[in-house]
Amino acid sequence: MDDTAKDTGIVGRGNDAGARLFREWFQGLSHAADEGRGAAYVFVMGSLCELLRVFDFPIVFPEINSLQTAVRRVAHEYLNEAEDYGFSPDICGYVKADVAVQLRGGAHPMGTIPKPALAVCTNACNTYLKWGEIWERMYGMPLFTLDVPGSRGAGLASAPGSDDFELDRRYVEAQLRELIALCERVSGVRFDIDRLREHMAHATAMNAGWARVLELNRSRPAVFNALSDGTIFLGVANGFRGTAEGAAYFRDLVEELAFKAERGIGTTIEEQWRLIFVGVPCYPIFRRFTELFTDWGGVFVNSTYLWFASGGANLGFAYDLARPIESLAEGVLLGVRDAMDSMFFQTRALAGMVADFAADGVVFHPIKSCRTVSTGLADTRRALMAVTDVPSLFVESDLMDRRVVSEAQMKNRIDAFFEGLASRRHRAAAATA
Amino acid sequence: MAYAAGVDVGATQTKAVLINEAREIVGRSLTDTGANVMRAAETAFAEALTNGDIEEEAVEFIVGTGYGRYKVTFGNTQVTEISCHGRGAVHMFPLTRTVLDMGGQDTKAIRVQPSGEIVDFCMNDKCAAGTGRFLGAAAVALDLPLAELGPTALRGERAVKISTTCTVFAESEVLSWLGIGKKIEDILLGVHESIGARSIGLLRRVGIEEQVTFTGGVTKNAAMVATLNKRLGLSVNVGDEAHYMGALGAALFALDRIVAGRAPAHAPGGAA
Repeated sequence: MDDTAKDTGIVGRGNDAGARLFREWFQGLSHAADEGRGAAYVFVMGSLCELLRVFDFPIVFPEINSLQTAVRRVAHEYLNEAEDYGFSPDICGYVKADVAVQLRGGAHPMGTIPKPALAVCTNACNTYLKWGEIWERMYGMPLFTLDVPGSRGAGLASAPGSDDFELDRRYVEAQLRELIALCERVSGVRFDIDRLREHMAHATAMNAGWARVLELNRSRPAVFNALSDGTIFLGVANGFRGTAEGAAYFRDLVEELAFKAERGIGTTIEEQWRLIFVGVPCYPIFRRFTELFTDWGGVFVNSTYLWFASGGANLGFAYDLARPIESLAEGVLLGVRDAMDSMFFQTRALAGMVADFAADGVVFHPIKSCRTVSTGLADTRRALMAVTDVPSLFVESDLMDRRVVSEAQMKNRIDAFFEGLASRRHRAAAATA
Repeated sequence: MAYAAGVDVGATQTKAVLINEAREIVGRSLTDTGANVMRAAETAFAEALTNGDIEEEAVEFIVGTGYGRYKVTFGNTQVTEISCHGRGAVHMFPLTRTVLDMGGQDTKAIRVQPSGEIVDFCMNDKCAAGTGRFLGAAAVALDLPLAELGPTALRGERAVKISTTCTVFAESEVLSWLGIGKKIEDILLGVHESIGARSIGLLRRVGIEEQVTFTGGVTKNAAMVATLNKRLGLSVNVGDEAHYMGALGAALFALDRIVAGRAPAHAPGGAA
């Protein structure tokens, strides 16, 4: 990093501001819990934050709460507590950590989590529904499930403007109108369409920013690591969706990353290898997991995580504020469907990502906790190998449970992968010499 | 004459190989790894020097490999055993396209290019079923020395179906078959077929392409070789140096460094 970059104070502010916003978010949640306010529990693949904020709900992302227990190295305490309560070791670690948070009255390493007044989930993850049913049983609050029509096959998504798409959109819109009525009943706040427009405008700004952030990482060297830095950005994209702070954060982040791209400023390491990450990070050893790659000069330039866990914000969809509910339905349909496509029809998109980002390799990371994102990865890898000659690595662990994270064995595989990449580059250089 | 060395610190045994600039093996040794991994590496290297009657100063580059590769503290760099077995196998059998390495605690299926470059690999690193340890458990249960397992199994006529997929429970399953009067030979034949089936499952995941070269300590077991040949419908390559293949590959990488003047940081092992 040159002196100019340091002096401007631009480089690194996205990570700093992200950490600050996160702390403030959890402080706000603790405050809401102290006041006994009921929260809206939502999920990353279709949170509908822009709508729920109209009703003044504190927003809780249980997935983010859970991963934070792993990042802060206390997940095992929460997992054990849920297992003692009767949950199987085999099910999603996110669910179990959240159950333990609820059993502890909301006690969480980052603050106190308020109880839910309602929960909203989409069908993007089959566990969401069963997870929400746990809260229904615990608290007797309503769970609203938004059924979003998925793509009928790889590359067969109905196109905006077509009759099929309009049918799908209307189906989502009808459900959103039911959700609005439910939110009014639960919150006691009347629906205000102008407030919805305001939150949708912030979400539109954030969508555009998120898409631009991803695009800027096509730079060489990459301007951020999609696994480490990207997860911070993703946290803000979810937790502050539909807010002025969130929109401002992404405006500033785009400015920072564009600044870096223009000046050829990369991440903190010398970039040797550009990699794509497929799956969910290994949060129990989050920093070390990243280092296993950066030690070799490997930088993740993009990931499916920044795609599906942003709820489709990567599409950069711009809401039409002249027809907010109709447009919200369209945005939700496109975003959630795209998030589902990232798990179920990812081969073609991955091949495109490899080309667009000039990737040297693809790292598949299936996890024990999540069948939804992991089940098809072996097949996807084979399919990708059939259509490209990009080298790939298959390394398994978990997003929460350190009992199934074996660093030594992962390192062995990762080292072998980089040795193969190096050998390939060496041979290619020799052939052209 | 410059020499290169490879030291393969495996979970069960540590192997060392010395090669000359003509890529010929001039010294080798093998010792049990035990609890003191560093000492095992030093012992193996020292014994290989003695075996080859070579002065330590003549060894210009040393590569450590295996799970204990970072304990080869006198070495110059490290390369994974996955790369080393691939490299060693292609060196000994140039038509090799698939490698099966069956060691004490893990089994690896590796697909390689003619250059020795790794195309894909797959390991059983979550479970010891299908590894040498599985055979070790059977040997304990049957009170037989390891070296007797292969010859005894080859005398089997009707393989007993070993259904368990766990090394720990394999022992109790073997005992239960003994309890109902099955012959030791048939039980052992079943054990070998069970391991063979699991290994071929790994091979299928990377794609089986001829020629297949079998490496690692279990290559000394004739029944295992016969089982693989029968199940694969081909004859796997098994060289005299099969047990040393990882160390040989490491030595070849070390020689690369000598030839390249130790320069290219992007060569395998370049992270050191």
